[in-house]
Amino acid sequence: MAFIPHTPADVEAMLATIGVSSIEQLFDEIPASLRVKSLDGVPVGLNEMQIGRLMSERARADGRPLCFIGAGAYEHHIPSAVWAITTRGEFYSAYTPYQAEASQGTLQLIYEYQSMIANLTGMDVSNASLYDGASAVAEASLMAVRANRKSKSLRVLIPRTVSPMYRRVAIATAGNQGLRFEDVAYSPDSGLTPVEVLKKYEGEDITALVIQQPNFFGQLEDVDALTDWAHAHGIFVIAVVNPTSLALLKPPGEWGTTGKGADIVVGDGQPLGVPLSSGGPYFGFMTTRTEYVRQMPGRIVGRTVDLNGREGFTLTLQAREQHIRRAKATSNICTNQGLLVTAATIYMSLMGPVGLERTAAASHARANDLLMALTSVKGVRRAFTGPFFHEAVVLFDRPVAPILTSLANRGILGGLDLSEAFPELGYALLVCATETKTLSDINSYVTALGEALQSAVRAA
Amino acid sequence: MRAQDKDHEKVIFEYSHPGRGATDQWPQELPDSATADLPQKLRRSRRAQLPEVSELETVRHFTRLSHLNFSIDTHFYPLGSCTMKYNPKACNQYAMLPELLGRHPLGPESHGQGFLACMYELQEMLKEVTGMQGVALSPMAGAHGEFAGVAMIRAYHRSRGDLARNEIIVPEAAHGTNPATATMCGCVVREIPVNEEGDIDLETLKAAVGPNTAGIMLTNPSTLGVFERRIEEVARIVHAAGGLLYYDGANLNAILGKVRPGDMGFDVIHMNLHKTFSTPHGGGGPGAGAVGVSARLRPFLPLPIVGLDEGNRYRWLTEKDLPQSIGRLSAFMGNAGVLLRAYIYMRMLGREGMSQVGEYATLNANYMLSRLKSAGFDAAYPSRRASHEFIITLKRQARELDVTAMDFAKRLLDHGFHAPTTYFPLLVPECLLIEPTETESKDILDAFVNAMAQIQQEAEQEPERVTSAPHTMPVRRLDDVRAAKQLDLRWKPTA
Repeated sequence: MAFIPHTPADVEAMLATIGVSSIEQLFDEIPASLRVKSLDGVPVGLNEMQIGRLMSERARADGRPLCFIGAGAYEHHIPSAVWAITTRGEFYSAYTPYQAEASQGTLQLIYEYQSMIANLTGMDVSNASLYDGASAVAEASLMAVRANRKSKSLRVLIPRTVSPMYRRVAIATAGNQGLRFEDVAYSPDSGLTPVEVLKKYEGEDITALVIQQPNFFGQLEDVDALTDWAHAHGIFVIAVVNPTSLALLKPPGEWGTTGKGADIVVGDGQPLGVPLSSGGPYFGFMTTRTEYVRQMPGRIVGRTVDLNGREGFTLTLQAREQHIRRAKATSNICTNQGLLVTAATIYMSLMGPVGLERTAAASHARANDLLMALTSVKGVRRAFTGPFFHEAVVLFDRPVAPILTSLANRGILGGLDLSEAFPELGYALLVCATETKTLSDINSYVTALGEALQSAVRAA
Repeated sequence: MRAQDKDHEKVIFEYSHPGRGATDQWPQELPDSATADLPQKLRRSRRAQLPEVSELETVRHFTRLSHLNFSIDTHFYPLGSCTMKYNPKACNQYAMLPELLGRHPLGPESHGQGFLACMYELQEMLKEVTGMQGVALSPMAGAHGEFAGVAMIRAYHRSRGDLARNEIIVPEAAHGTNPATATMCGCVVREIPVNEEGDIDLETLKAAVGPNTAGIMLTNPSTLGVFERRIEEVARIVHAAGGLLYYDGANLNAILGKVRPGDMGFDVIHMNLHKTFSTPHGGGGPGAGAVGVSARLRPFLPLPIVGLDEGNRYRWLTEKDLPQSIGRLSAFMGNAGVLLRAYIYMRMLGREGMSQVGEYATLNANYMLSRLKSAGFDAAYPSRRASHEFIITLKRQARELDVTAMDFAKRLLDHGFHAPTTYFPLLVPECLLIEPTETESKDILDAFVNAMAQIQQEAEQEPERVTSAPHTMPVRRLDDVRAAKQLDLRWKPTA
């Protein structure tokens, strides 16, 4: 089943036109010794009915557990219209809009996306997206090296309250170009990065400070104080934000008390209409100040006019990119995550400012309900004091892993075990709720948790 | 009036009315007390400017925008080096089953055995069709896979204490991503020429390799649309100098089921699953750039990878299993949903379908090339067989008629065909790189050739009709200079 339309008569006529006697003859420039003998490791083909059945069985095996994990991927309601339109062939099966006249739909959509993301983050300009939030942090760090003319050091401060998954991607990606990512400790009481711990860097050449809001623990950093400190020392601020939270929280463009705000803003756009889907495809967003736009990686769409003076859209500032600049490009990236941007743009249109704000508020309120319910269980308490957004760390009086296994056996994914990434916290669990969870879901969790703790006691 | 214009659609903000919205999609309004614990100084002072439009307005707007696009589902799209083949609907349908869409990336392996089985089998099938010994799926695009590949080459040399090797050799016809990737990996790029028949110049190669050579990045068939015939000799030269061979999988569709990069001597490859394995291009992504390696590079593969334990349970391999890994390139495991689509495609094709892909892609390209030559067009490499794509050069038309490759490309849009790749590779003047793919019928190929012949006639008789094309698209040629000088990158309300 290779979706090949040729009839035997077609093949015969085509071979005659070419002047060969068989398709095999078309491969006569390839040394015979290299030709494939067999592909036994690939199973025989399935028709659509068979593959449909196989995939349904595989999907069923994974089930649909009740999920309270967040940690960078969030389950939100996605209106049906989002993917009904996104999977239209005209969007789904189009290529990068190099031929602008034949791609006005995709180009205008990206322009609208850029407008929405710039507005949401409070920044001047956006690119057309990057691979995901983690790779966006890596690209932002490389961009800061190019854009922060005051710094020559390639040193980036990345607090431990930034997602450890983002940190390791930044190191694996930008480390190859000599960037050094340095940890900054957090306060064990608040789960925040205090400005005091940054004092030791004063007088040193630092390129950028990464600030994640809400941070990986769900806690809300004092972004104004951190931003002011960085700018006072010639350090770029790279903000890492959850787009849903921005309906309620101060946009990075307004961070600090000097009116300057963050220099580069990145994050993962997944909460904006993209399903969890085992981790991807998601998309990374990036916005910045107009003065740094030529240092920004990735595609950018601009509005212009055509020969008749009529408005239209086109890829612009391409002199930054690999197909023009080759080894001197701002990045090797050549795609964006177009289809996910399509979904997110439709999602943001349906939600609007009010719907997104309600989504954020409902998610946060539900997380408060969840925390109250969990901490009412004996042996469970909050890890940190102070404000958080829709996600928080709770501590247990015993190891978390067996509890999570027991919960999973009851159809509940109870959160992310932090004992490996943050051993100093003790038996810590990162839990999350969104507007998709009901009070009855939370009751199910707490009941299952009670059973899990009970059975653990019995086993002991 | 303009909203009625089928070629023009307002920017969505221009439909906005305060107080309107797709209210049925929103959660219920909560009292302020629900968020009272969020301190005032960390909060937004005024709402973000997003459009306020109804659900129907939204659906209409984006549906209308979709009508302004060419796509594979609506048009022949012979874009060279992009492999714009049919994206089977089943791949989308069955990758979007609710359980698969709802699976959290950090969910336990116990609730992911179905998904992990698909990923494991995908790794195994990719190994088989490429002849490589190990595969990792997480890179999220071709360029991302290239990055992983070159990073592995560097890690390999470093692990042997071979610290001087920082040069990546790239043929001058290479994709721009190759040199850009080498730079991103902290390497130095060295470009080498190809000869008149499109093969690498072996003498130059011999002179270029040495103790600083980290590796060479090659596409085979090359970006010139021809098979590198002396690939075994190239591999010997590079290996003898201590370098490794990188295979850019951009053109894997040409040789699928016919010859394998692993057998040609490549040490590391990336595959563009959005090309060869027909996952959607989505208007410029998401792609998937899985990487494959020979045995000696296996310890350096990026994580995560899916392993199979003795108890027949699938599990994620981690840093504990691969302590020398180059690390992680995505927060989770890359573009999982794209990987599912590639898996479904490969299972549908099966082993017999794999070799048909290479065969019919090559048949279609050679047929088109023959017909275009008969119609009077000049092949860039007339003595060579086409692979799955080929180049024609319009330098004669540019010289004699003042009609360029770009003019032909734009005029093709008026004929309902997406333009081929223009002006790439850079070393062939006035070129069109044409890749029909195996899923197109002879009728379409004939229609395209006829359109080219008609445009040629027009170029001779009425050249301004061609040089001012397109005439029937939503917009005429756009002012790119103005776009770059008077930056308008986001909508702002007019005062």
